[in-house]
Order: sequence, then structure tokens, then C-alpha cells
Amino acid sequence: MKPASVFTPALPAPFIEWFATRGWTPRQHQLELVARAEAGESALLVAPTGAGKTLAGFLPSLLELTARKRHVPGTKRCGLHTLYISPLKALAIDVARNLKAPVEEMGLGVRIETRTGDTSASKRQRQRHDPPDMLLTTPEQIALLLASPDAEFLFGDLQRVVLDELHALVTSKRGDLLSLGLARLRALAPDMTAIGLSATVRDPDELRRWLVGSGKLASLVTAPPGAPPDLRVLDTREHLPWAGHSAVHALSEIYAAIRKANMTLVFVNTRAQAEFVFQELWRMNEDKLAIALHHGSLDAGQRRRVEEAMAAGKLKAVVCTSTLDLGIDWGDVDLVINVGAPKGSSRLMQRIGRANHRLDEPSRAILVPANRFEVLECVAAVDAAREGAQDTAQPRTGALDVLAQHILGMACAEPFAADALYNEIASAAPYAGLTWEQFEKAVDFVATGGYALRTYDRFAKIKRMPDGGWRVANGRIAQAYRMNVGTIIEADMLKVRLLRGPLPKREPGAVYTGKIGRGGRVLGEIEESFIEMLAPNDTFVFGGEILALQGIQENEALVSRTHAEAPKVPSYAGGKFPLSTYLASRVRGFLADPSSWDHLPPQVGEWLVLQAERSVLPGQRDLLVETFPRGGRFYLAAYPFEGRLAHQTLGMLLTRRMDRAGLKPLGFVANDYALAVWSLADVGRRVESGEVSLGNLFSQEMLGDDLEEWMHESALMKRTFRNCAVIAGLIERRFPGKEKTGRQVTISTDLVYDVLRRHEPDHLLLEAARQDAATGLLDIARLSDMLARIAGRIVHRDLDRVSPLAVPIMLEIGRELVYGEAQDQILAEAANDLIKEAGGAKARSIEAHDLVAS
Amino acid sequence: MQRQEASKRTTSSQADAGLGEVVLAGVAFKIDPLGALVYEDERMLIVADLHLEKGSSYAKRGVMLPPYDTGTTLARLAVLIARWSPRRVIALGDSFHDDSGPERMATSDRASLAALQAGRDWIWIAGNHDPNIPTDAGGERLPALDLGPLYLRHEPRAGMQHGEIAGHLHPIARIAGKRRRCLITDGSRAVVPAFGAYAGGLNIHDEAFHPLFPNGRKRAHVLAENQVFEVCATRCHPEELLRPIAWGMNPR
Repeated sequence: MKPASVFTPALPAPFIEWFATRGWTPRQHQLELVARAEAGESALLVAPTGAGKTLAGFLPSLLELTARKRHVPGTKRCGLHTLYISPLKALAIDVARNLKAPVEEMGLGVRIETRTGDTSASKRQRQRHDPPDMLLTTPEQIALLLASPDAEFLFGDLQRVVLDELHALVTSKRGDLLSLGLARLRALAPDMTAIGLSATVRDPDELRRWLVGSGKLASLVTAPPGAPPDLRVLDTREHLPWAGHSAVHALSEIYAAIRKANMTLVFVNTRAQAEFVFQELWRMNEDKLAIALHHGSLDAGQRRRVEEAMAAGKLKAVVCTSTLDLGIDWGDVDLVINVGAPKGSSRLMQRIGRANHRLDEPSRAILVPANRFEVLECVAAVDAAREGAQDTAQPRTGALDVLAQHILGMACAEPFAADALYNEIASAAPYAGLTWEQFEKAVDFVATGGYALRTYDRFAKIKRMPDGGWRVANGRIAQAYRMNVGTIIEADMLKVRLLRGPLPKREPGAVYTGKIGRGGRVLGEIEESFIEMLAPNDTFVFGGEILALQGIQENEALVSRTHAEAPKVPSYAGGKFPLSTYLASRVRGFLADPSSWDHLPPQVGEWLVLQAERSVLPGQRDLLVETFPRGGRFYLAAYPFEGRLAHQTLGMLLTRRMDRAGLKPLGFVANDYALAVWSLADVGRRVESGEVSLGNLFSQEMLGDDLEEWMHESALMKRTFRNCAVIAGLIERRFPGKEKTGRQVTISTDLVYDVLRRHEPDHLLLEAARQDAATGLLDIARLSDMLARIAGRIVHRDLDRVSPLAVPIMLEIGRELVYGEAQDQILAEAANDLIKEAGGAKARSIEAHDLVAS
Repeated sequence: MQRQEASKRTTSSQADAGLGEVVLAGVAFKIDPLGALVYEDERMLIVADLHLEKGSSYAKRGVMLPPYDTGTTLARLAVLIARWSPRRVIALGDSFHDDSGPERMATSDRASLAALQAGRDWIWIAGNHDPNIPTDAGGERLPALDLGPLYLRHEPRAGMQHGEIAGHLHPIARIAGKRRRCLITDGSRAVVPAFGAYAGGLNIHDEAFHPLFPNGRKRAHVLAENQVFEVCATRCHPEELLRPIAWGMNPR
């Protein structure tokens, strides 16, 4: 590989002129990418946002196409030259728009088109016969195109694939499916090279391998990092809450910061938080600043309007969730406020990168922790960002349900030979470890469901021909495949539809089972798990207004507008990403090292001092377990710092073991930092007396039978299984001609799950579901690592009252479903009581600081 | 494990702990928690909605459900028959998911069925899924069965139908956090739970049940692991907020 600085290609005149009209000079990394491409190398470009990544990705193709047009007679119809793939529809469309401008201005005559789920059927049809030079599209469309007999024509001449936001793509099943698609593209077009565009990551080699497959590495081009960020944690004047995620104490300080800046992005962890912060900011918006809301559940049209207003500089602030993490520059954002803990240092740095897109000036960002524990997390994140440290990404093993979907797709394109397809699949990085046996199992699954009982052979969806090749059984199967691919991956979301007309009269307690009402406009989408918690007439916030749930029909939540002052039901406010292992380790480091406390806010430092007095601070690698009585119950508080998901799973399993040990556990709560279990038996005394061993309770053994038994009943596990069944193609969401189906066509995956567990525990789908559980909602892998880490390192303190460190997790217990100010009021009172208890007789001298009422 | 209190008990026969009891048109039945109605005096066993070969029916259309439903259902039926030694077994319709079900049966399942049928009367009542079961399925085919005060048919009729025992609706009671199969009755007529492993369920508050019980209070005999509990239907929750019947929630 040639060193970068040696080779600086000269750009053709039209390009140099065009750059000049914009006042830009091509950057070193952009030129280097061109050089690599001209040398026929695939390359990964790692650059912070605002470094002209996307343009860098396209330059090689534009140069080639310009040259080609001049020399080739052009009578022969060619397939695509360049594919650009982005994870978001909107991104693909925006990029196309931004790309067409220079192409037209330079008069290059290059045909650029987009293709997404929203593209009209006629346009999609035409693209198959008369493809453009460059197609900007999404992973789902690629899967569809590859699954058709046209694939060879379309992609046979492909020269380049550009993959944008690669760091975000590879971490999910979508990435798995795309990697298989890339492997097929490489088979169809062996001369093709790939360019990956990525934000800064800890281990670029993962992505370099992913890009080219077969164990080789793409070249690496790194852009310079830009000025270090101006990053701080808000040092609030207000009283720092002990628990809760609303950050309501800091909102006026946030508002003040928004007023002073040019344009601000206020990032929060969840949709519900976004709604809340948006409402509260408007309540104090005396200056009538233009503050907007943006999150993934909003209707696409609404999101567009916000995005356009941002680009046009019409907004002062946008309250948003991680849906804005990806994407191109939006106007002149010069401040990023991150409410709540950022959960990972990489995510934080990527967000900071958005403030001030001119690379040479430092980005400004403020972290606003919502409670005392979050302060620790935020300070750790700031330190990490200053060092440029990144989280460790877990490399993925390719999902088996995705593999099954892909195999069927390949059969729909053309008959396949088993060993050729196996080799092609194993060349994709996530599937490098796939065994031939697993592959055969997947093929068998696609054909007949993969059961030991062979009664379905005559109904097989793919069949082996005399020459050994596999072929799809009939056209209907190919049709059904095309309808269902790409409806796969995201967690179950329901459409939120506003009801038209008068609502049916509903008496309290009466049972109503008739038609709910006529449907009107779709307002957006909402998580199924949230809606399932609600009863009719419960109110919640969505899209900036308060709605009441009227009922659910098929895949839609039917709602009506209300005049309520405040919604009844909040959703879990802590966020969907758990605290990263890297940050967790740093936070544990803080706790263990008192000399690091002086750069914490005084309120937090005092809390930790109190904890050292009343109990103990754990060492960085220890697990602290405290036991204490309260209100007639006996509590066990543990501080693993492994994130809420792993703690939930731990709670389920630990309580089973405690039950067997005769400790009579009644319930538990978990958050990102800690777990608290309450029981009838005096756990502390039993441990002190040696009757019960904490080492046994927290043993890795729990991941054996206890886990198996719990998974049998777990609703989470059944949901995971359902997702796998849909992705793998066992259950189809849509049947040709039967979309508005009434009753009979669908079947419960819960029944299938139970039957399979009983008869075929090693079935492909169960294996796929277990793999998901390891890293997804159950985070078993993380729990397993934690249990290994703390073996022999449990520190126990039996106390006579709640400890200061336990106050936050204790506040999670029995939180009423009360929203907004009232909830904070209740929390504040409860916190005061608890901290008084924790402080005890000795702490009277610092009571005044700790118990400042809000 | 603590026994849960049922909300009401009509009788208190200690000898038959675990079994339910119901009187229809003056005839006393036992309810077996596996999901069957037993007329002891006549040594008659009634089950409904077996939906045999539902798995293969879906597989034919490209949805490869695990092919273990028929075997599982027949095994459960075998337990019942061993327990009660009936002289007569009545399958109350929708015994097969479709008329070609019998021919798709695996050889071992076919043999199991034949073994169950041997030495007793076996009656297939016609259902909407299986109006014309082929003769090689053994037993006798009837559109309905008139037994004096009792009338056995697959699909229940609207209005007052004194003595009618029917299936078809797969009644489910949602109570104590779970969805369970149940028998629903007003003392005059009854709808029997679905027996099949893949047979889904319909909440007893669904409007499909309304025309059947125009007067009087409905009672649900809810099937739990080893017991049958009798509760007022009003103690059971409607389905409203969860997916409609199409998803066929696991009755167990």
C-alpha cells in the first residue's frame, strides 16, 4: 500500500473550478481516497462529521464517469456504475439532492437517482430496465434487487459501492443482511471496489474487514481529528436530584444557553423525554424562540419540515433523540446540549462533532446530568472525550434468521449450488465463522422449516434439482418473499392513528367490544411495549400533544385528542441504550478513588463522602452488596454498573436463587447502575452468619438452569423469538392478496415457541433467538462477563439503615405513575426522608447541604 | 404451592378435586382440566376443535409451522381416554383443519388415532373447517347429535338454545394476568373450549358470544394446570388492548 502523502492526484479542470466557486479546496483525505480508488483499492475513510466525507465518497465515481462518458461510444446499455447505500431513506434523498447540484453545475451528464420504499412503482420498474449511472438507496432495496433475475444485468458492470455511516450499519441485523448482499455483489462484479464512510471508531480494522470480506482488509484513510471539543458538564446552581431522568431542575439553565447560542441541538435519550423537554421549554419560552421537536415516532412529513427549517436557519433550537445522530450537516448548529447521561463516549463525540460544521473551530457541548449518579457518568464521558477514547464495539456474529432470509432471496434470483453459496456467504465478515452444518441447517429451514420430522418435504419452498442446484419451488413463493423482505428489523411499532368523528360512549367499568371508530390521519409510530401498558382513556404525550388511547386494531393504536393538562402515563425515561462497559468502568474508577472527587460538583462529592462514612466505596473491580432493613422489609442493594438490561436479567435470576435459598424475595428494581431486591427474610443476617453465601447467589451458575427456566416463560424471550420468526420468513407479515386480513391467517408465535422448545430445542430459530437474547434486550453476554469479573470479589456490608449510595435505586421502587412536577415533588420528599435516614445521627453537621429542598 | 381460591364454588365434591362441574339441561357433567366435557353416567367424552393437521395446512401454503401439533393433540386425547375409559368419544367439529387433513397425517399419528378409536364409538361432528371428512379417518360422521335434552353441534346458534353444547368459538378467559381456555355457559347451554394444540382462542367478551347469552349471567369454567375454576364472566377482562383473535394467543 502506497503511503498517502506520496501520491496526490490532480483533479480535472471542471472539478477544480467548481471547488473554487464554492471557496473550497479539496482536502487531503478526499484526494487520498481518489488515489486509492484509482489504484483499484477498497478503502475505509474515517472522519469526523463535517469533513466532507460524502463528497469524498463520490469523487472517485464522478471522476470515472466523467472520463468514461467522453471515451465510450455509448450505444451499449450498461448496468449501474455506482451504488450508494445509506441506512436512512431521508439521508439517501438528501445526499442525492446535494450531489445533483454540483453534477449539473459542472455539466457532467451523470444520471443520479434514488430508490427507497417511497419510490413510485413505475419508477422502480423503469430502473430495472434502464438503470441510472449512480443509484442512491437503502439496504432493503439492495436485498430486493439482488433477489431478482435482473440482478446480473443490473450489477454486472458495477464498479463501486459507497457505504455511508458504516459504523452505524454494521452493528445490527441490517448490517448482517447487507454484508451478505455485498458478498453477492462481489460475486456478480468481481472488479468492484467498496468505499466505507465512517465516524471515528475504536477499532477501524473491524470495518476494514467488513468492507472487503474474505478475511482481507480495505485500505485506511484517516482525516485529521479537528480541534478538541469545548465540553463541560453543567454545574448547576439548583439542587441535584437523587433519581429521575427528567432534568427538570436544569431546564431554565438550558433555556438560558439556548438563548445565547446561534442554534442548539438538545439531545435526549428517549422520545418521551423529548416530548417532555419540548413542552417544558415552551412553558418558559417568554422570548418566543423558535424551538422545534424531532424524533423517530413523528410523522415523516413533520420531520421533513423541521429539517428544512434547520437547514434554512429558521430555528433557534431542536429537541431531538438519536434519530438525528446520523446524517448530513444541518445549518449552523453551534451548541449541542446532551440531557441525561450520554451512555457511551463514542456516541457523545459523534454528537459533539455536529456542533459547528466548520472543522477548524472547536465544537461546544454541555452535558446536563439528571441525577447524581449521572453526574459521575457525565464526568467520565467528558474525560473520555478529551482523551479521544472510544467505546469498544462488540463484533457481531451474523444472525441466523437473516441468513435464512438471504438464502431464500438468492434462490429467487437464480438457482444456487450449495457449496458455491456457502463460500460466498462465508466470505462476508459477520459469517466468516459459519460452519457448513449451520449452513445446511439454514437451507433445510428455508426449504421445509428444518424439522426432524420430515412431513413437509412435499411442500418445500426451495427444491433440489437433478444437477444438485437449489431452485425456488414456484413464483408465488418469490412474490411472498418480495413483499416481506425489509419489513424486518425494527422493534415492533404501532401506527398512531387519530380517530375521526364522535367517540363511542364508554361507561367506566363497562365492557366495550364493538368497532372503535373510524380512522383518520396517522400521527406517527409508537413502541408496542409502551401501548401495551395502557388502558382505554389513559393519556400520554405524543408529537407535542396529549392523546388518549381508545383502543388497538390490528397494527394501529387509535387515539383521540384530549384537553388534559398533563398526561397520566410516562414511559421509561432512562433511554434505550444502556451505559457502555467503557464508561461503567470509568465510573467505578471514580467511586474507588477519593482523590478524583474534587473535580465533581460539591453536591456529588459530599454524597460520596457520606457513603464512605456510612458504608464503603467499592474498589473498581469489586461488586459492592449492601443489605439493610427498612419498613418491615429487608433490602439487598448491589452495584454492578452493567446497564439496565443486564440488571433486569440479573434481577430475574437472582430472585429465583434467593427464593430457593429461603430468602423469600418479593420484588426488585434495576437501573443502569444498581439493582435492589426486597425480601421478607433478613438477608444481611443470613449472609453474616454464613447461612447464605453471596458468592453462590451471584454465581455464573445462574446462567444455566435458572436462565433456561426463566426464558421458558419470559415475555421478552417470546418477543425476541417472534422477531426472529418473522425475519427468517417462518411467519409472514404480509400475504399476497391478503393484506387486510381478518382473523384466520396469522398464527401465534408463542405457540410455536412452546412447541419448538419441547420438541426441537436446537432448532435454528431458537438458536437465533438465544443469540439475540445474549446481546439484545436480555444482555446476557454482558451479564456473563460481569459475573466472571466479580467472582471472588464481592464486598458485603450489612447496615442498620439505607446507605447514601442506595438512595437513588431505592427511589425507583414503587414510583407512582405520576407525571411532571407532581412526580418530582413526591420524589423530592421521598429523597429527603431517605437521605435523612442514610445520614443518621453522625451526619447532622452536613445535613444543611444535603437536604436543601428544591 | 398455594392453591388459589376460586371466586365461587357450586358444589364441593372432595373426591373429584381438580375437576369442574356443570349442569346443562338437567344433566350433570364433569369438566376435565385438559379441556374435555365428561358425561360419566353415559361414559361419554366430548372434545371440540381439535384442528388436526393445522400445521401441515399452513405448510402447504408456505408457512412451515412445526409439524408436532397433531401428535401433541392426540397424545393429550390419549391421556383423557386412558383416564375416563369412555364408551363414546364425540369430536365436536373442526376436528381437522381441512377435509384433506386425514390424508396428510403422518403414519404414526394415523396409527395413534386408530388405536384411540378401537373398541369404542367415535363420532366426528361436521365443522365449518371439515364438513366432509373422508371415511378413512375412521369413526362415524354426523352433522349434529341429538341426545334428548342435549343437542350437540359444532357452531352455536343465536338466542335461547336450551341444552345445546357447541364448540367453534374457542372461548378464552383473561383473568389473573393470563389468558386461559374455558367453558362458557349460562346453565342452559354451553360453548366448550378448543382442544387442539394450535387452536387459538377468542375472548369471551367478544361480540361473537353476545347473541348466545341474551339473558342471565355467564359463568366461565377456567382451565388451569390441574384444576378447573368457576368464575363469573364479569371477573374476566376483555381483550380490547391486545391483538385480536387473529394472533391466537396461547391458551395455556
